[in-house]
Amino acid sequence: MRFGAKIVDLACLNHFSRVMSTITKLAKTCTLRLTDGKLYFILSDKVAHGGVSMWCELCQGNFFDEFQMEGVAADHNEIYLELVPENLSRALKTAQSAKAVKIKLTNKHCPCLRVAVELPSLSSSSRIVTHDIPVGVIPRRLWNDFREPSVPDFDVSIYLPVLKTMKSVVERMKNLSNTIVIEANLSGEMNLKIETDLVSVTTHFKDLGNPPWASEDGYQSSAQARDLESMAEARIDIKKLQQLLAGQQVNPTKALCNILSKRIVHFILLHEDVSLQYFIPALA
Amino acid sequence: MPLSAPPPASGQPYVLSASLDNARHLSSLLRAVHFQDHATCFATANGLRVTVEDAKCIQANAFIQAEIFQEFAVQEESVTFRINLSVLLDCLTIFGTGSLPGTTTALRMCYRGYGYPLMLFLEEGGVVTVCKINTQEPDELLDFDFCSTKVVNKIILQSEGLREAFAELDMTSEVLQITMSPDKPYFRLSTFGNAGSAHLDYPRDSDLMEAFHCNQTQTNRYKISLLKPSTKALALSCKVSIRTDAQGFLSLQYMIRNEDGQICFVEYYCCPDEDITEGEL
Repeated sequence: MRFGAKIVDLACLNHFSRVMSTITKLAKTCTLRLTDGKLYFILSDKVAHGGVSMWCELCQGNFFDEFQMEGVAADHNEIYLELVPENLSRALKTAQSAKAVKIKLTNKHCPCLRVAVELPSLSSSSRIVTHDIPVGVIPRRLWNDFREPSVPDFDVSIYLPVLKTMKSVVERMKNLSNTIVIEANLSGEMNLKIETDLVSVTTHFKDLGNPPWASEDGYQSSAQARDLESMAEARIDIKKLQQLLAGQQVNPTKALCNILSKRIVHFILLHEDVSLQYFIPALA
Repeated sequence: MPLSAPPPASGQPYVLSASLDNARHLSSLLRAVHFQDHATCFATANGLRVTVEDAKCIQANAFIQAEIFQEFAVQEESVTFRINLSVLLDCLTIFGTGSLPGTTTALRMCYRGYGYPLMLFLEEGGVVTVCKINTQEPDELLDFDFCSTKVVNKIILQSEGLREAFAELDMTSEVLQITMSPDKPYFRLSTFGNAGSAHLDYPRDSDLMEAFHCNQTQTNRYKISLLKPSTKALALSCKVSIRTDAQGFLSLQYMIRNEDGQICFVEYYCCPDEDITEGEL
């Protein structure tokens, strides 16, 4: 099992750093899956973290100037590591003006991701700051736990409103309530609602648009049968939603959510080279 | 852009209805008196007064006169209710507190009367938020009985002169001592903290002094923890008037100019700290 990668381009480095910031906001610990062409940050839906799950996919070619990996076996050319994303995020923060960043999987005393940041220096020899981030190697027999979640058989799919507005509203609502109801219909309308003994607040978004899903699995036909005005709704933990929105520092190219009434809300946030899926289960 | 309120049910008119093109004209003033969760709202045809009290010794009032609103109608002689100010502020600032040029939140406020919630309709960029905040029985408020005939000493200062002083008050001191006198030191702020005492003097001929009417030397102490929240009002204001009466009650009146140049007032009243006599300087 080997892994080594290098980033030289400053823009790519900043981009990767931002991705790590986002992941850090969403998970204390997560799984990093490395394949030949992609990196994945995965959180599978365990009760321990409120049943949320995350699937974040990056094309390595868009970030790394060099990327080599050798999986556990020839027919399973992948590596699964358990890591604390904040450690990686912090290491990258020291690399803001770096000449190069190298990441390597090592096993001196225990498995680690060694992040070596080459910083500019006045003398001829470079300054190198090294961070050793402990990781857990996940054995092959557990890999099935980390499969890509399937898109739920949702009732409504809708584009999200301007994230900045949604972020402000959810942040204020978080001061007032622990849970939030998110509802939407196929006429491009979405409402965010909170209700407590003291106060009830509803924010109405209109003209959001509903993404067209290909009718391979018959989604479109079941969606067509649905009354356009009828709302699909789910009550979710407001902190989870706030963390998802707070982690979006740059506006995504596409942002949408799929609601399966009273069961789950599936968020999809697409940037040029990163796709993030986040599943928040509905509360009882 | 003003919103139209939904038609009242069963023909009952709203006892209070108001529209404001820029909700910040209200929220920024309310923040200047937000040192407790609860506030009493008092509305008459003249406008809205929001009162916050603490420890039975300090009272802050924010006045938003009817002219500030695009529409302000009160059906009865006066309308009073108690409301959670923290919740009210969260609702008024639902779209964020950032003051980006060109983006304002429009507000419509409606209240049906005793026992009904306060309804807020807020709109920004085509997005509408509706809030329903429960109201409670109004509290009995303190009456400081502070009128201009009883004022012993009065000065008016430009706020910029006091801002730094108030922001850097030695909070290890239990009291803020205010001396006002026709003779030196004229106007002095003192604290007595762990590191020692600090005195800040403002001469009567200072540029910052807009008016100086002191008839008697008075030294009064006030609990610093009670006065510290007034820093918020000071930060927003351009001028402050400081007055004391014969009992040492303090009135601070802040003149605040909003984004559109309109003037509003916030005042703080504070009782003197009991265990002090004038001899102890």
